[in-house]
Parts: sequence; structure tokens; C-alpha cells
Amino acid sequence: MGKHEGKENKYSIIIPTYNERLNIAIIIYLVFKHLKGVDFEVIVVDDGSPDGTQDVVKQLQQVYGEDRVLLRARPRKLGLGTAYYHGLKHASGEFVVIMDADLSHHPKYLPSFIRKQKETGANIITGTRYVRNGGVHGWNLMRKLTSRGANVLAQTLLWPGVSDLTGSFRLYKRSVLEDVISSCVSKGYVFQMEMIVRASRKGYHIEEVPITFVDRVYGSSKLGGSEIVEYLKGLVYLLFTT
Amino acid sequence: MKHVLKIMALLVAISAFWIGLLETSVVPRSYAWLLPIYLIVSLGCYGLLMVGIGLMLFPTCPQEAVLLQKDIAEAKEFLKNKGVDVGSD
Repeated sequence: MGKHEGKENKYSIIIPTYNERLNIAIIIYLVFKHLKGVDFEVIVVDDGSPDGTQDVVKQLQQVYGEDRVLLRARPRKLGLGTAYYHGLKHASGEFVVIMDADLSHHPKYLPSFIRKQKETGANIITGTRYVRNGGVHGWNLMRKLTSRGANVLAQTLLWPGVSDLTGSFRLYKRSVLEDVISSCVSKGYVFQMEMIVRASRKGYHIEEVPITFVDRVYGSSKLGGSEIVEYLKGLVYLLFTT
Repeated sequence: MKHVLKIMALLVAISAFWIGLLETSVVPRSYAWLLPIYLIVSLGCYGLLMVGIGLMLFPTCPQEAVLLQKDIAEAKEFLKNKGVDVGSD
């Protein structure tokens, strides 16, 4: 299990996509821009996007190399959890980063994730939007209120040890991700909560770094009553099963 | 230990303390009966306070949207020259 001193770590960045033909190109450009000198690979897990996302990824492979931009597609929308699992199977790095493809997660924070992990030796580094150097743009007052209320409720019930439970911009030690992902069954953002809560219960060392989150999608997908119900159900599930 | 068991243990400890107060009459009985209500109301108020404070101090980053637009333009420029299709979607 031990690594030689001074051996560089490799980072596998898993990005699930669905209809992100423009965003995936920009994200990959930004990853390469901000991770110069780092040994990494980007694994795009595309769920059969009809908008030609996979064609764009193939063009990016010509620019950046097929050994650094991997396309591991699936035939149709099969869910986020399984997308991570699928990407993980093809990952060759000792560390795995998961992030969203819609540019809400900015690759410029990748160096701070890596640096924090090296400094602390933590198993998981999770990005948090809710601390001073972090932040969110694109949410109205109602959305912020729901977010804050949801967070206070989750903190009270679960004592999770992290400030941002539903965040999905994280760096995992590969073995830790494999361990945690195999015990999670939820869907959507409850899945992200389940991952971090289970990791916390298992005693993994978790550290946070501030990130900023630019939500350009929110206007088109409002947080409705059904999402709130799903969230509450998820909280109760986590309360009793973790 | 499952998390919910920790919470149950905490509730049991609080209940034991409350029953202790009732039995030993350290505090006047009529007052002691109402203590659980006071506790729940206080917790509720504390929760609302945390939500309110968090909302007031909610970190925002409007400058990030501007920076992102710059990054997008830079990326499009570079990739167009390399033959990647970055037309509007």
C-alpha cells in the first residue's frame, strides 16, 4: 500500500456527461490549463448524448491525446452513481476526482484539492460552497433559503462533519472511493450525501476546500416540491441506515 | 455504532435527567413537566436562527460569473484553432 517517496501521483478525473457538447470542450481545456505538470487523465462517461457530445470528445482526443482524454461511453442515461462506478473501472490513477460537466465546477480549483490532500494526507477532499472563500452565484433568495434550511436540518440530524453535503466536486483516494461507492444505493444528489456521510461514518479523513459554484442551469430547473420531498426522504434514510 | 443509536442514547440520557428532576423535586414539579416543551421550542428557535444567520452571511461570488465568461471565450478561441467544434449548442 505504501508509495515510494517522491513518486508522482496520477489523478483520474471522472466527468459524467449528458448533452454537454460545448461545456465538455471548455472543461477539458480548463483542466489542461490548470493542471500543467500534473500526471492526470480525464475520463468522460457519456450516456449516449444525442447532441454529439461524444464527437466533440473524440476531437478533443486528437488535440490532447487519447491517453489523457478517455471516452468511456454508455448506451443511454443510466444514472450518476453507476457513471462514477463505470469511470472508476477505467481509471488508472491513485486518486480520483469527480466533477460536474456543466461548468458549475471550475477546474481552477483542482490544484487546491491536490495541494490540500498532499498537506493533510486526507482520504477525501470535498469542495464546499458554503464557507467564506467559497460561494454560489445564480441562486435567488428562495433557493438560498431552501439550501440553508436543508443544510441546517442535515447538520442537526446527521452530524456529518462536512459543511457542504450535496456538493459533487470531490477528490478521493481511489481505494476509498471504491469502498464507499459499493455501499451507496441512493440516486441523484442524495447519492452525493450518502457517499460523504458513509465515508464519515467509516472514519475516513475528510478535508474541505472552498470552491465557487456558478449555477447557470438553475433558472431552467426550479427546485420544486418533489425535490424537497426526495431530500427529506433521503435524510430519513441516511439517519437510519448510516 | 449506527448514528441513529447515538441519537437514541442522547434522548435516553436527556429523558433520564428529566425524570430525575421530576422525582427529586429539585425544580418545582409543574415547571419540570414543561421542560421538554421548552427544550423543543428552544431547539426550533436555534434552528431558525442558524438558517437566518446562514442566509444573511450566504457567500456569493458574482465576479465568478464574469471570470467564467472570460474562460469560455478563451477556451473557444483556442479550441476553434485546433479544429474542435465549439459552435453554439
